[in-house]
Amino acid sequence: MEKIPILKMGEFLLVTIQVDMHDRLAMSLQDDLTRLISETEARGVLIDISSLEIVDSFIGRMFGNIAAMSRVLDAETVVVGMQPAVAITLVELGLSLSGVRSALNVDAGMELLRASVNGKGTHGRSLD
Amino acid sequence: MAVVSTESLPIKSEPDVVTVRRRVREVTAQLGFGLVDQTKVVTAASELARNTMIYGGGGVMSVETLNGPRTGIRLTFEDNGPGIADVEMALRDGFTTGSGLGLGLGGSKRLVNDFQILSRVGQGTRVTITRWK
Repeated sequence: MEKIPILKMGEFLLVTIQVDMHDRLAMSLQDDLTRLISETEARGVLIDISSLEIVDSFIGRMFGNIAAMSRVLDAETVVVGMQPAVAITLVELGLSLSGVRSALNVDAGMELLRASVNGKGTHGRSLD
Repeated sequence: MAVVSTESLPIKSEPDVVTVRRRVREVTAQLGFGLVDQTKVVTAASELARNTMIYGGGGVMSVETLNGPRTGIRLTFEDNGPGIADVEMALRDGFTTGSGLGLGLGGSKRLVNDFQILSRVGQGTRVTITRWK
């Protein structure tokens, strides 16, 4: 079955979405990431969507789900590299991606993840 | 206004929704739409194609390119599914009978210049969207 590869780098998981995902592929990415966060005790997830030409409500919801699930598992998620045309369309569609952290590019996203992990210190922050 | 070309694509499975997106991208690019407008039409098509598949039980999309005083694209999504009992309600953000976000219809309406929906309970639904260059 077709899969989106997930790379482990230190305490972070990295995903680069390079294909136009059909819905089931998006769902399996969500499941795989959640499982891997738990298995590897990852502290952060970085999702690079710079190759993604559209984000519709289904894919947007998947990002929201991944962010929410990772938060429950004590990891941060950041979505990076959204194309400007995608951002404009997303807002007009009515999707605000609230709860999903974002950064302009991979470097900025990694910095955000490191800062939030260091800021938190050890595991076990409260779920607020 | 003249319809320059027409083609139709089946929407029966999830990969068909991806094919719809790809084809709409190609046609809007050929017509000379800017990147933002291409993205809006492709996103609206993705939402409507998913509705056709999930709620309509499958159907077809037809693509028409329009020429005349203005250049445009018109997409029609048709299914023979259960239909929508209350179209007004279905167009409201947040309304869904499924597991989605309820942004498909209302959201895609905001992404295009013209949006027509005709639905008969027990017979099916037809949504037509037009975007001008």
